[in-house]
Amino acid sequence: MNFFALFDLSVLDTTVRLATPLLLACLAGLFSERGGIFDIGLEGKMLAAAFFSAALAAITGSVWIGLLAGIGASLVLSAVHGLASITFRGNQLISGVAINFLAAGLTVLIAQSWFQQGGRTPSLIGGGRFEPITLPFADALSTVPVFGPIYAELISGHSILVYVALLCVPGTWYILFCTRFGLRLRAVGENPAAVDTAGVSVVGLRFAAVGICGILCGLAGAYLATGLQAGFVKDMTAGRGFIALAALIFAKWRPWHALWATLLFGYLQAIALRPDIIEGALGFKVQVQLLDALPYILTVVILAGFVGKAIPPRAGGEPYVKER
Amino acid sequence: MDVMPKWAEVILVPLISLLLAAILSALVILAIGEDPVAAVKLMVSGALGSTYGWGYTLYYATNFMFTGLAVAVAFHAGLFNIGGEGQAMLGGLGVALVCLFIPWPHWTIAVLAAIIGSALFGALWAAIPAYLQAKRGSHIVITTIMFNFIAAAVLNYMLVNILRPAGSMDPATARFPEAVHLPSLHDLLAPFGIAFSKAAPANVSLVVAMIACVLVWLLIWRTPLGLEIRSYGKSQRAARYAGIGAVQITMIAMLISGALAGMMAINNVMGEAERLVLNAVEGAGFIGIAVALMGRSHPVGVFLAAILFGFLYQGGAELALWTSIPRELIVVIQALVILFTGALDNMVRMPLERIFLALRRTSKSKSTPAE
Repeated sequence: MNFFALFDLSVLDTTVRLATPLLLACLAGLFSERGGIFDIGLEGKMLAAAFFSAALAAITGSVWIGLLAGIGASLVLSAVHGLASITFRGNQLISGVAINFLAAGLTVLIAQSWFQQGGRTPSLIGGGRFEPITLPFADALSTVPVFGPIYAELISGHSILVYVALLCVPGTWYILFCTRFGLRLRAVGENPAAVDTAGVSVVGLRFAAVGICGILCGLAGAYLATGLQAGFVKDMTAGRGFIALAALIFAKWRPWHALWATLLFGYLQAIALRPDIIEGALGFKVQVQLLDALPYILTVVILAGFVGKAIPPRAGGEPYVKER
Repeated sequence: MDVMPKWAEVILVPLISLLLAAILSALVILAIGEDPVAAVKLMVSGALGSTYGWGYTLYYATNFMFTGLAVAVAFHAGLFNIGGEGQAMLGGLGVALVCLFIPWPHWTIAVLAAIIGSALFGALWAAIPAYLQAKRGSHIVITTIMFNFIAAAVLNYMLVNILRPAGSMDPATARFPEAVHLPSLHDLLAPFGIAFSKAAPANVSLVVAMIACVLVWLLIWRTPLGLEIRSYGKSQRAARYAGIGAVQITMIAMLISGALAGMMAINNVMGEAERLVLNAVEGAGFIGIAVALMGRSHPVGVFLAAILFGFLYQGGAELALWTSIPRELIVVIQALVILFTGALDNMVRMPLERIFLALRRTSKSKSTPAE
């Protein structure tokens, strides 16, 4: 039995890759929910972004155009969510569900119409993908004991969106807790009437929150299709949007905690891909189906509050009606 | 005071929402380079043009009645059960166990046992999220979604490792014995001299689904429990003052909801496939959401909306067969219906209310001339 094999460098490396879309989606949800808008449509926005980024990257051969298209698609769905839940004060949960189905259906429909490959995009090659970036001195340092391999394998060699996602964590923290916009955003999620009284537009702030959420979901989806994998396949988000929401609750709506929570979920997904390592480490075979279900089971366990009480933003999920 | 008369609320609002969804769907069909008029014609002839088409339409509608009722009951309690998919999967497991391991003499007894089995398994699968919502405050929407994924893993495990007959590569159970074969609509209607397609899968489960509609109506509007469920759904605080236990109502409503979703399995597993396969549910659990929203959570509405979606589903299958429009078009239509009838409800309602207010004002000024 070798317990440390569970933390093999290759597993940790995969953890970082798999945690990235979760982290971006989690931060997206963080902005939205801090602004008082529940968003279970993260999944759909990621899926739409994944498709449009892969499709445009395949057509134009440029991953950057793909990225922009992905963000654009995600923003359109964000606008729908904003329209339904802010302007028309509809049920935010139902709107999110509708967006998820809309994305699931439309992506396959358009993929079939554009590429005739059974609801997928062609495999991306060359400039159509985000290539791994080798950080400076990675090769030179790789012979240094302990630190060398960690730097060369774990820290270096990811695509640019991984680093962008990591930078988004302090960025989110700074915006939320050190700027006026962040203060107002948090206030609008807790007590929109107070924000309104202060003469700040509740609707404007909430649309801004939903918009930032759309951009981050766009990055997450684009990373899925052009960084993590080479192209779009049907339903490729596989519940990541919902796992991100669970991570958000686990993190209690705080950016740094979101990083740790998504790394945990990323690790579970990474280890589920390596039954050989688990068997070697634990000394017995674990059912594949159990491994597949593990991130979802952990989500339920976390939601059950066995890790402490999580209090959501107080005005979350409720449309704001100005009293007359 | 209600601004709109009741008929507008019940008929006009859903119809306009449906119309908007239809227009957008037509635009989608245009955008992928197909002809929406031809598509509608093909859907109508494929789904309603023959008793074979009707047989499929009603078969799908039976599924959606169960899942729609499931979502509707939860809605009445103010709960959003997105776990119909997983609950129906587990219901299938219940049906398979009942049919495979007990030698039934006749289908009439078997179907009763299968209803109990499927309802029990479906309710069980809803019980855990319900308990977590009631006791631990974990969000039922996310937990039920997670339980869909977990249900898929459970079913996969059961089919691959336990229920698969020796020597078979297919992740499915053995075929159910001949004795539990449910009579199809062809068998049921033949004594009355009505010729109905033999090949279509609609079966006696349709009758069970209709009975379920009536029972749900009785439960929600004619029993004390139904009153408690509705008042809890309207205002949790008021319900608490009235002495209604939140934990109790959440649990009961979700158990009923899960049981209804699970009972879908007597149609698709026992009635049609006659064995349990991996993707037996085929998204029917999710369509239940659209059906419940469209039907305004009323059993009559659910019944009609289920038939509408049965038509869309069978029509969509025909489209996929004869044109280059993939089946996912149905998912898009379903999403649009959920969006317009559920989330953008106010967008349809507000202008209508304004029109009715204006009408009322003009009729008032006519009836009471200036003094």
